[in-house]
Amino acid sequence: MDFNDTAAEAEYRATVRAWLEANADEYREPPATPWKLDEFIARSKAWQAKKFAAGYTGITWPKAFGGQGLGPMQSIIYGQEEGRFHAPSGLYSIGLGMCIPTVFTHGNPEVAARYVPKALVGDEVWCQLFSEPAAGSDLAGIRTKAVKDGDDWIIDGQKVWTSFAHASDYGIVVCRTDPSKPKHKGLTMFIVDMKAPGMEVRGIKQMSGGSDFNEVFFNNVRVPDAWRLGAEGDGWKVALTTLMHERLAVGGKPKHAPGYATLMKLAKGVEAPNGGPAIEAGDVRQRIAQSYINDEGIKLTQLRALSALSKGEMPGPEQSISKVVVAKTMQEMAAFALDLAGGDGFVTEGADPELDKLQGSYLWSAGLRIAGGTDEILRNIIAERVLGLPGDLRPDKDKPFNAAA
Amino acid sequence: MNFDFSDDAKALGDQAKKLFADKAGTSAARKAMAKDAPAFDAALWAEIAALGWTAARVPEAHGGLGMSAEESCMLAEAAGGSLACVPLVSTLLATEALLMAGNEAQQAKYFPGIADGSCIAVVAWNEPGSANPQALSVSAEANTLNGVKAPVADLAGAQLAIVAAAGADGPSLWLVDLAAAKVETLETMDLVRRHGRLTLNGVAAEPLGSSADYQLWLDRAAVILAYEAIGTATSAMAMTVEYAKTRVAFGQTIGRYQGVKHKCADMYIKIELARAHALHGIAMISSNGAELRQAAAAARVASLDAASFCGEEAVQLHGGIGFTWESDCQFYYRRARTLSAALGGRGWWADRLVRALELRNRAAA
Ligand SMILES: Cc1cc2nc3c(=O)[nH]c(=O)nc-3n(C[C@H](O)[C@H](O)[C@H](O)COP(=O)(O)OP(=O)(O)OC[C@H]3O[C@@H](n4cnc5c(N)ncnc54)[C@H](O)[C@@H]3O)c2cc1C
Repeated sequence: MDFNDTAAEAEYRATVRAWLEANADEYREPPATPWKLDEFIARSKAWQAKKFAAGYTGITWPKAFGGQGLGPMQSIIYGQEEGRFHAPSGLYSIGLGMCIPTVFTHGNPEVAARYVPKALVGDEVWCQLFSEPAAGSDLAGIRTKAVKDGDDWIIDGQKVWTSFAHASDYGIVVCRTDPSKPKHKGLTMFIVDMKAPGMEVRGIKQMSGGSDFNEVFFNNVRVPDAWRLGAEGDGWKVALTTLMHERLAVGGKPKHAPGYATLMKLAKGVEAPNGGPAIEAGDVRQRIAQSYINDEGIKLTQLRALSALSKGEMPGPEQSISKVVVAKTMQEMAAFALDLAGGDGFVTEGADPELDKLQGSYLWSAGLRIAGGTDEILRNIIAERVLGLPGDLRPDKDKPFNAAA
Repeated sequence: MNFDFSDDAKALGDQAKKLFADKAGTSAARKAMAKDAPAFDAALWAEIAALGWTAARVPEAHGGLGMSAEESCMLAEAAGGSLACVPLVSTLLATEALLMAGNEAQQAKYFPGIADGSCIAVVAWNEPGSANPQALSVSAEANTLNGVKAPVADLAGAQLAIVAAAGADGPSLWLVDLAAAKVETLETMDLVRRHGRLTLNGVAAEPLGSSADYQLWLDRAAVILAYEAIGTATSAMAMTVEYAKTRVAFGQTIGRYQGVKHKCADMYIKIELARAHALHGIAMISSNGAELRQAAAAARVASLDAASFCGEEAVQLHGGIGFTWESDCQFYYRRARTLSAALGGRGWWADRLVRALELRNRAAA
């Protein structure tokens, strides 16, 4: 057993590292103050273009779509190495991580040829228009409808929680095209131009204070039939492709998020209720141990997957525990750490950078437990797909959508 | 990167699970509960020895197969999963101690017997009145030991004990020939695995390695024991999942209820976290890696959590039948406490984990 790269992996890592050393110098340290949206977008685009020129985008994608045609290990190695820096990240993770693979897997070749390269170089940003006010966990409950009109489709309805819709040029949208079919059967997926007439994006302020997600209204928005992804009525199947990529994308602890090491550092400088440094208190040590076990346990579980990928095998089902552990651990650890710091942990004004990060983490973890599948839905998935327990009762599953209560 | 068991180790694990499914398991455990039942299943022990499992980790020079810690862990997992009434895990722990700390003469004296199954070796760590593997009252003086060790797993029927005792440089391990010691049985919460009390009144003993070896052995032992606990937890989960697929309440199988299925998912999550750390532990044993201490402690804590949770929720999700004497749930429920008592409890190991992280941070600073 070893954690070493194979010779080929080591060579790739060395090349990547040398390139990053030469090109990511300005991102060695995190920004002194967080970037404003405009600067974040500008920096993201510049960084993506640089990576594209050097061949570090679409690492696992087919060469035909401008990818590098390499294996998952190379992509992971690149991610690990870039993770040592603080380059802007996130703007493309939905588009390149989920939307574009759906486009080149299910879209028609001319459309893919037009959109994939522009997305890869970072010129065009994509978003995922799935969730609706009445369709989140129960994604197949989508009501936004698309009606055929000659060679076009006309889309009418509303999406919600669409991350980065305000910064996006295109999106993939799931619509109901046949309400007389059962809910999973009457759906179709399309590409949509976020700037098309009839599109309206309204920012939603999150409880964390930021506005990463949006409401998106479709007012008779026209899309050509050529922008259909997959066959009419196959939208659910196509959406599963996207969601499969989502599960790969939203996994471990977010890069640079606080973890057990933050708690240890904090506990050294805080006094315990019974006197002495908090780090010597039994309950604090138990909590540090638990955070380590959860966070590092997920990291090690991911190494198990990498090991399988490196040998050309499929990763085991244990990967399914990742997000549900990480999000809740982040929330519990942050709450514990902030409480430990007492009033200082609570004051935001002039908070020291570690506490500021913990406060941010505490707020953000609440969203993380929902985004990309809630804790409850992920437990259902583990119980049903991994352990083989029966599915929940779904009284509306086989009824025509427009006849279900 | 190769972060997985070797094919050989997996094959041995499969073989062990298969044999134990046939010859051990809960019905054998139930027979072992009888007051007049033998201390362990001698026929199964002979079969295990004939298959070379007791020899697996013993060096070839001493009549063994010279296999790695991976094989020991696979065997421990299979034993834990089947509740097998044989002193296999005890012997694996003792073998590990002799392997890392024994001198040539000690290995030559004891390994051949361990390898062929004629020498059953156990580990005597626990003491009445203490739950801290660093604070021992049994002490060594001029190669004799004094004090009481209890509870000691698999003591009855064993020939050799590896005893932890206090010394001038801190605690360390000692070899004790059990023919010369006073051995009594001791009833515990575990009705299947026999435990005993070992009274040492100036009993002759041979030092086995240094106090540093003792620390290293604690870590290695924690990894092996983690696999035993993972095996036990996994069987408790499997039994519960099967029941949840068949028991009907309110017109549907209980496995459809999220109150039930989410607990099963939590069992799986806890087991997989434990597996990740335990595998890290093996990787560190194999490479003499610097992260052994933290990996072992995390594996120990996570595996105890998994075993306790799975044992407790197994009873709960079976309902009234789970609480009966006849139900197999109690084996897992009780065994979780056995596992915890085997080598310092959860709290001690959680503290050791944080201490390891502190040392690492200090070294990095
Ligand atoms: C930060 C953030 C970013 C997001 N970005 C996007 C995006 O870019 N694109 C997009 O399409 N969507 C996005 N989402 C939406 C996200 O996918 C949904 O919020 C999520 O799937 C939950 O759906 P919901 O909000 O409708 O809650 P609901 O589904 O109404 O859930 C409410 C509660 O009921 C529980 N529940 C629901 N069904 C079950 C069940 N079967 N069993 C047990 N409990 C159940 C849930 O777990 C939850 O606790 C984002 C969400 C967040 C928080």
